Amino acid sequence: MKNKGLSKVDLIFESIDVREVLTKAFAMTSEEIIQQILESGLKGRGGAGFPTGLKWKYTAAEKEPEKYIVCNADEGEPGTFKDREILDKVSYKVYGGMAIAGKAMGAKKGFIYLRGEYRFLLPQLYVELHKFHKLIREIGYDFNIEYRMGSGAYICGEESALFESIEGFRGEPRNKPPYPTTSGLFYKPTSINNVETLVTAIMIMKMGGAEYVKLGTKDSRGSKVFSISGDTPIPGIFELELGMGVQEFVNEFGDGDTKAVQVGGASGFCVPRKKFGETMIGFEGVPTGGSMKLFNSSRSMYNVLHNYLEFFTEESCGQCTPCRVGCQQLLLGIEKVKKGEAKSTYLNELVKLADTMKVASKCGLGQSVGNAFRSIVENFREEVIY
Amino acid sequence: MYHTGNLVKDLAEKHGRKRESLMPILQDIVRKYNYLTDDAMVDVATELDISAAEVYGTASFYTFLDTKPRGKNIIRVCKTITCSMKGKNDIINSIEDILKIKVGETTPDKMFTLLETNCIGWCHKAPAILINDMPYTDLTPETVIDVIKGYMRK
Repeated sequence: MKNKGLSKVDLIFESIDVREVLTKAFAMTSEEIIQQILESGLKGRGGAGFPTGLKWKYTAAEKEPEKYIVCNADEGEPGTFKDREILDKVSYKVYGGMAIAGKAMGAKKGFIYLRGEYRFLLPQLYVELHKFHKLIREIGYDFNIEYRMGSGAYICGEESALFESIEGFRGEPRNKPPYPTTSGLFYKPTSINNVETLVTAIMIMKMGGAEYVKLGTKDSRGSKVFSISGDTPIPGIFELELGMGVQEFVNEFGDGDTKAVQVGGASGFCVPRKKFGETMIGFEGVPTGGSMKLFNSSRSMYNVLHNYLEFFTEESCGQCTPCRVGCQQLLLGIEKVKKGEAKSTYLNELVKLADTMKVASKCGLGQSVGNAFRSIVENFREEVIY
Repeated sequence: MYHTGNLVKDLAEKHGRKRESLMPILQDIVRKYNYLTDDAMVDVATELDISAAEVYGTASFYTFLDTKPRGKNIIRVCKTITCSMKGKNDIINSIEDILKIKVGETTPDKMFTLLETNCIGWCHKAPAILINDMPYTDLTPETVIDVIKGYMRK
């Protein structure tokens, strides 16, 4: 495990000549574009980390004439706010990334699903979108983007729940397979990518996959925008090269008293101080969609866990039993242990329940509740009990 | 209560009468009237030629598509971890004091509804609230009163 330390990068927010990059990309074949993305090693920046090049390749391979590019801007993971900043500052690069994805996969239509909490951005996003549509016409290419709004449901960030929502239904995840690349929005082949992934894709087209791959590590190529909050003197949005350890991160962003870092939001992992040195941030260690929350010694990790479980209990769509009932029981369970109504060994039963949810839940929400639960209960057992 | 008049018809003209028109139509009604009445949902069902249960079933899934009466200005205080750590309760106390209502309630003049909500994406500027579509961040128990007073004057 090679630790590259912490270094700041400026790719996502850098201003670029989109016309130039698009003209270059549109002159390439679908295979050539996908080859660049595959070469770059880019993995999805929403959190799940599926290789973007493969997603594009699978969607491109579908024979169906109607395909869609969907930009997932339903950024709801607690502690994540980088997609809002990206849309606020460089939405033209998001649109450009979608058009390149469209060219690569033979899709003429794109949708951006924006969370309702970000509706205030919409007027300026439309101004940029009109400019983009004009530019696309001038280049002589056919690609159209529309916005669809969310209405306050975390689960709609799950790709198939997002499709259901756009189609006018409750945001309840579908069974997989089939995966979106074969049957996505309106049951057509769909590539659904995170906001940052699409901007990274346009930067890869600008600089070349072979150049981008030099950034980061073997499992985590490139750079990533981090949303940093909690007990830090410098909360905010920072683009950093991948390949740093939690210790370097804490040295830069901690307040000198950091006892834990929650990497990847409520559905991510809690890293305690004693593991800072050995834990990498990225796919070789703890992956993150960008959310990094620091907690100092004044914070009760019971309160943190309780807050997360309340969050999941409310945001579970309720469709599958392991998640719906599991979230409720985990929450009730830690309350009982805290009040002394259940023995501390009851926590072991709750960990088993969280593990069951991981294998039995239908989608990523229920499957990942156990991440935070296990890592907080295991590392801060005393705080959860007493 | 409100009467939608021709609004639902106009929205169906604007967004279409397909199933995927449902969310944009409901969102526009809520933007105008703050919540969905039973009558409004039945109107939408008629326009889209689907069951009213389908409309209610969809609306009730989404936190922002309220089916209970709400005030003109909906205040949503973020209660997720960072805002909670950075003084969310003090913000709520301030708002409760000035509006004389508790979380979940609406002022008698129907001007304000106070609610809590999950992460709104302003953790680096916590505590944060939304009033209708607008975020207000880096709040203190004092500054939030100025924000609310601004809405009282509108």
